[in-house]
Amino acid sequence: MGEEVKVFRTWSSPFALRVVWALDLKGIKYETIYEDLSNKSPLLLQYNPIHKKVPVLLHNSKPIAESLVILEYIEDTWKHRPLLPQDPHQRANARFWIKFGEDKVFPAVRDSLLKQGKEQEEAHEAALESFKLLEEELKGKKLFGGEEIGMVDIALGWLANLVSVLEEVLVLKFIDEHKFPLLSAWMRLFADIPVIKQSWPPRDKLVTKYIAIREARLATN
Amino acid sequence: MASSSEKVKVLGFWVSPFVRRVEWALKLKGVDYEYIEEDIFNKSSLLLKLNPVRQKVPVLVHDLKVVAESYVILEYIDEIWKQNSLLPLDPYQRAMARFWAKFAEEKVFETAWNALCSGGEEKEKALKIAIESLEILEGEAKKIQNFFGGDRIGYLDIAMGWIGYWLPVWEQVGCMSILDPLKFPATSAWAKRFISHPLIKHNLPPREEMLVYFDKRSKELSSISQGWIKV
Repeated sequence: MGEEVKVFRTWSSPFALRVVWALDLKGIKYETIYEDLSNKSPLLLQYNPIHKKVPVLLHNSKPIAESLVILEYIEDTWKHRPLLPQDPHQRANARFWIKFGEDKVFPAVRDSLLKQGKEQEEAHEAALESFKLLEEELKGKKLFGGEEIGMVDIALGWLANLVSVLEEVLVLKFIDEHKFPLLSAWMRLFADIPVIKQSWPPRDKLVTKYIAIREARLATN
Repeated sequence: MASSSEKVKVLGFWVSPFVRRVEWALKLKGVDYEYIEEDIFNKSSLLLKLNPVRQKVPVLVHDLKVVAESYVILEYIDEIWKQNSLLPLDPYQRAMARFWAKFAEEKVFETAWNALCSGGEEKEKALKIAIESLEILEGEAKKIQNFFGGDRIGYLDIAMGWIGYWLPVWEQVGCMSILDPLKFPATSAWAKRFISHPLIKHNLPPREEMLVYFDKRSKELSSISQGWIKV
């Protein structure tokens, strides 16, 4: 078909991984460009002048930024192997949970990493509350998408990758097997899917990365 | 093609810009609906039943199916009622509309709201981001003649429509200047066109009551909160 697809990413960006997973699940061929965020390439700055971040998807010379916007674009453009249900109400439900992940789950986990003392406690509490709601949503399902990975699994997939890393870095438990059996099972199942497994960043490098992020943030406070 | 109003209900709060997005979308598509006012400070068992996860308005009920979150509802409305499409048909144009809606929400809406509900250095910081972000949006507004959706109001117009009506109220209440018409002529002109549109102008909350509400609400929030308030 002669389509040019490029993905600008870093080795570890959880947002960029969403794009990689979606393209890989749909079997779309693309070129990968790894960015060093401390030394951003002119191309990245040209394609994402507003946020200057990864991921950026370039499709036939047109750039798209923001991982969730990119996921919807991928879904709109390549209609095989759909990541969203066909039924509008089920699609709305999927989008609702994607938004929940962005609004509630991610900020709470992020703040658990970046804050300390009472603020960290509150962030951790909020994270646990959000996991309870995810646990409920998984009742009767293997994956958020049902039998197969869907956009919700992709959007929340960073949990399967990063929760154990952050638990080690922070010496803090997030997803206890006994408190969150369904979510724990989902994380294991998700991580084991070949397309996902093959793109996991190396764990030891991730631990080093997040320790450094926390130390840098605490030093500026 | 109007649906029977019994089949569509909107649970809302009179002053919420998120709720109005849903109503504007339904009006633009000619869909009849029943509006149910919710007191968000004294949440009803109906709201808690319909949206137990977030416990917020707007909630759309269509044929007994429940949809929550204003942007999710907009996409749902566009998929169910195909006339007067809100999002463009082209995937890249759709991505641009979603991208700018997210940008405006995070960099203008949330920052303006935080500026309203904070003081001192925090307020200054929020104002700076809001104004810098409007500068970027001004560039987009200069490219259009009528609406971001073209000749008709579309998804991005609905997403940013609060700028033409809620923002001036917040500016007055918070003694701040954000959307200066001399600095942002294209955005100001677009905002005016949007608010004056026949289907929009009759679906706005009363200004005087908004001033009273936001004055009270911003004072409450600034006395109890520290840090970024997520709306």
